[in-house]
Amino acid sequence: MKITLNNREESFDNDTITVADLLKEKNFTFKMLVIKINGKLIKKEFYSSTLINENDNVLVLHLISGG
Amino acid sequence: MLEKIYKILKDKTVGIAGIGGLGSNCAVSLARSGIGNIIIVDFDVVDKTNLNRQYFFYNQIGEKKVFALKKNIKKFNPEINVQALDVKLNKLNIVEIFKNCDIIVEAFDNAEMKQMLIETVLLAMPEKYIVSGSGIAGWGRNNIIKTIQYDNLFICGDGVSEVSESLPALCPRVAVVANMQANQVLEILLENLLHNEEK
Repeated sequence: MKITLNNREESFDNDTITVADLLKEKNFTFKMLVIKINGKLIKKEFYSSTLINENDNVLVLHLISGG
Repeated sequence: MLEKIYKILKDKTVGIAGIGGLGSNCAVSLARSGIGNIIIVDFDVVDKTNLNRQYFFYNQIGEKKVFALKKNIKKFNPEINVQALDVKLNKLNIVEIFKNCDIIVEAFDNAEMKQMLIETVLLAMPEKYIVSGSGIAGWGRNNIIKTIQYDNLFICGDGVSEVSESLPALCPRVAVVANMQANQVLEILLENLLHNEEK
């Protein structure tokens, strides 16, 4: 399937993956993330149960300490 | 043109969450630009170790940051309305404090607080603009600092440099990102000005 991840097109072998799988596959190791799928905020406790499907627009942004 | 800019900005309200290195420098830049109403929120006091990058002075050590910064802003722009709130922001008070702001500047130090503010605003006030700072530590590497936009959320910084023992926060890079945040605020608030000029 194809999705848009952070404004870029990405392809995956599977037809659907969970948010947790996506983070693993794309090596998002930062702890503080904000994730939106098609504009809807996904909270951390739902990363393992939320599915990403074909053509979804996924935003994963990480936040870093310092200010 | 400057008159037109001031006329627009004097009726705008910008909220700044945290006034450390990012927030204090951003607030000063916005106040100099003529934003009419600025809400600054922080619960911390000025410490000697803040003076390498934050907009405070030696004789303000020990003062509450919000009241010290308000005084500093009033010195160069006495007409601006600065609301100084000595409050620790949390999920419950964020909406009430920032609901009338045109834009919220996220300027916390801590990544957990950054996430908390962004999530809270996205859930409760999804139409609100947020300009956040992430990745400011160290020195040099000018050209990896950037702004990324996702809907109404803008993130300024390099996205990789976390503050640590070996990579401290230093004035130039923090102030660069703080001013990128201020610059992004102006871009959002003055968008219609450019459109009207083109007509």
